[in-house]
Amino acid sequence: MKLSFFNIYNLRMFKYFEPNKIFAITSRAPKYVLFIFIVVLTIGLTEALILSPEDYKQSDAVRIMYVHVPAAWISLGIFSSLALLSVGSFIFKNKNFALISKSLAPSGFIFNIIALVTGSIWGKPTWGTWWAWDARITSMLILALFYGMYLLAWRIYEDKEQVVKITSMIAILGVINVPIIKYSVDWWNTLHQLPSINVLSNNSIHESMLIPLGIMTAAFALFSLLIFLMKYNTELIKVKNKGLDRL
Amino acid sequence: MINEIISMNGYGAYVWSAFSFTLMSFATLYFSTKLQLSKEQKKFVSKFGSLNEEKARAARSQNINREILSNISKI
Repeated sequence: MKLSFFNIYNLRMFKYFEPNKIFAITSRAPKYVLFIFIVVLTIGLTEALILSPEDYKQSDAVRIMYVHVPAAWISLGIFSSLALLSVGSFIFKNKNFALISKSLAPSGFIFNIIALVTGSIWGKPTWGTWWAWDARITSMLILALFYGMYLLAWRIYEDKEQVVKITSMIAILGVINVPIIKYSVDWWNTLHQLPSINVLSNNSIHESMLIPLGIMTAAFALFSLLIFLMKYNTELIKVKNKGLDRL
Repeated sequence: MINEIISMNGYGAYVWSAFSFTLMSFATLYFSTKLQLSKEQKKFVSKFGSLNEEKARAARSQNINREILSNISKI
């Protein structure tokens, strides 16, 4: 049998990540992740709602930032991961990538919806409107539509090969929107404020607000990990159920 | 102190509704995912129970099947 470079690389790199080998970890991990999530969320909520200071302009309305911003970050991060895994699934022909993507998507979608709804709630006291067809908000809505199409495709199509191709195409096409969301506030004149946090330069946000934001982001990331693990286990058991039928 | 936290300088309705929506979304997603997982686990147990001895032995030879069965008792 002739093995291409990618096949050899695939065999070596991914043999330790086969579902059969990692199920022992993924099936036990959710209870620990749930415990850490509850602890981190409790600290984050205390910081966000009680200990962090109010803003000199927005007053206490600024506290919405502690749910809105982490939700937006994580929904963007998860969609980028879906696109990356889709490319990986095309190149390495690894079925596990599709299973991981399918398990990641629901929490990404929920975070996208949270970002849109909490953004709308935040918009009313700060901009005087619940909704505006502004570049940032509209591009986030488009991302939610891509998430919706991605999840629907998994429900509609029965054929495994076909659904992997279609969902991969949706993720790869949809990821074009991610940099548009990121730079929309720089490229267009929008209602949405410019980014306060910049990895490459100084942040315009004080550490008394940055710390609660970091804790809430960690809590949200733990929640998406928890949902991912539970979904991944569900998908693996579904595969095993089909395996029992074939015995 | 408690009144201040509730009213949030007049922004209480906005702040609390944003946080409530987030936590309710978390709870909904968590419980629906847990329900799906336990449904699949129950289906696995019932299918496993209907296997004859030889097929059950073959299925049990796979680590992942043993793991699924051992986790079901911990739900």
